[in-house]
Amino acid sequence: MLGEGILKGLTETARNFLGSYVSKDRLTTIQFPEERLPQIEATRDFPFLVYDGTEWEAGLRCVSCQICEKECPPKCIYIEKSKDKKPDATGKLQFYPTTFNIDISVCMSCQICVEVCPFDAIKMNVEFEMSSEDRFGGLLLRKEQLAKSNEYYNKIHPTEATAVDAALAEERAKAEAKARQTTEAKAATPAPMATPEAGETK
Amino acid sequence: MPEMIDQIFVLLKHWLLAYVPAALQPIVSAVLSVVPVLVAFPLLFAITTVLERKGLGRMQNRYGPNRVGPFGILQPMADGIKSLTKEDIIPRTADQVVHFLAPVMLVIASFVVYSVLPIGKNMVLANLNAGVLFFFAVGSMVELSVFMAGWSSRSKYSLLGAMRAIAQMISYEMPLVLASVVVIMAAGSLSTVAIVNMQAGYTGIWPRWYVFTPWGLTGFVIFMIAATAESNRCPFDMPEGESEIIAGYYIEYSGFKFALFFLGEYLGMFATSAMAITLFLGGWAAPFSFLTWIPSYVWFFVKLLIIIMAFIWVRGTLPRLRMDQLMNFAWKFMLPLSIINIVGAGVWHLIPAGFTRWLIDSLLVIVSCVLLSRGIRRGKSFHVRTYRFAS
Repeated sequence: MLGEGILKGLTETARNFLGSYVSKDRLTTIQFPEERLPQIEATRDFPFLVYDGTEWEAGLRCVSCQICEKECPPKCIYIEKSKDKKPDATGKLQFYPTTFNIDISVCMSCQICVEVCPFDAIKMNVEFEMSSEDRFGGLLLRKEQLAKSNEYYNKIHPTEATAVDAALAEERAKAEAKARQTTEAKAATPAPMATPEAGETK
Repeated sequence: MPEMIDQIFVLLKHWLLAYVPAALQPIVSAVLSVVPVLVAFPLLFAITTVLERKGLGRMQNRYGPNRVGPFGILQPMADGIKSLTKEDIIPRTADQVVHFLAPVMLVIASFVVYSVLPIGKNMVLANLNAGVLFFFAVGSMVELSVFMAGWSSRSKYSLLGAMRAIAQMISYEMPLVLASVVVIMAAGSLSTVAIVNMQAGYTGIWPRWYVFTPWGLTGFVIFMIAATAESNRCPFDMPEGESEIIAGYYIEYSGFKFALFFLGEYLGMFATSAMAITLFLGGWAAPFSFLTWIPSYVWFFVKLLIIIMAFIWVRGTLPRLRMDQLMNFAWKFMLPLSIINIVGAGVWHLIPAGFTRWLIDSLLVIVSCVLLSRGIRRGKSFHVRTYRFAS
């Protein structure tokens, strides 16, 4: 019969129309600013810099090795390396970035900077409401805006951060053990000056 | 008292006219009649846009606009401000004058047809004795402005859209007019006022609307389908076809000219719906004799809103037709059926009132409907489409 399918379609839309007033389950829309879905753990958008302890400037893990700057595909990272060294969170003397800028209008959230960082100093953030009235300056994040504490990192990516913390602790313990050995060895035989371990930083 | 409420606008106008010097009375009378129409129908347009968006949203299990004002009812104002403040772009190669005139003409044509529509008892701008003819004649101006828009934009998409629009509108104009011929035969008049007056009586409590006859019902259905095509609405929105030719003939329009096109299209839809009400659904007449105490204009707008609701419902349900389906449907189904329907209406008037003429007329319509639909389907096999991919 001509028109049978049209009637079927009309009943379907009528059922949707009335049903959307009766059952809330039909409406899948999340009314965004008021309601929010929880973010999945692997959420990522732009990088930030991790610092240990409470002082962000002193605790930055970044040692200004500039690998991320070189690896960044769209070249959105700009680093100026310091001339002097300052003690890091563990008290060891390190270079530090005098300038660390990320232009998030250029950043493509590829996470390559995170993958190449040997010091676990740069990680991906989850904050996305970063609109700004200043098209250039407002989207250029400086060192002080990028620095986020390790606790914050633990909060946004718990699993990943726990693994990173464990690895760092292990490395640190290993370095301490090695340092103790060398001092003991030095004490036993007064040999020529032992070179400090360059790779072991934390 | 109900009589006074029913005639309140007419009485108000006469009361106001009494204060005007006699020399100015004709022009003041015209202004007083025209301005309410110019206010009421654009207002209805604003209400319809938000109702349509909300209704469509609900049919698709969404909320629809709900941010501007309580429940989103102020959305049309936000849309209006937006379209007023937008840049008005005219393509460099476009024909500037025609490009400007097209939306203006569409809106003017859409407004002019309201002059013959009886909105309530004694509430018609011009009681022409060829009102129905005037309506269809002025309604054809829409085609002209659509083609002006498509041609003057000098864009292949707008030209394609305009060509589709012309093909579709001319094809569906014929069933539209032929479907209304049955009513003219029954009423014996081309005047819209006379047609409504013919339907305003009651047998018992039941109304004497033309839609409650076999030929009237068929005519009404044909008229509504053709009206959907005439106003370029889903499922006949080929000329616009957002997914194929982007926006058809108004692709090069922006800002308030686009809003004018939108307004013109909706006004056209209201006008054809109002014509369907006038011809088949008894115009401003109440559906039952015991409901006549409700003012006539209220009934008119209630009927209009119900038809608009049906339009929205259909839009939310059906996908767009293909060009060949559209043309086949117009020429192979609608046109023959409307001609058979005219024959049916003639037969109805020849046979004396009773069960026989009901039977004969219904059979005539049903049998021809089945045969014609079989004719459309002939040679077509419906099957699940299979795809072959290059290996």
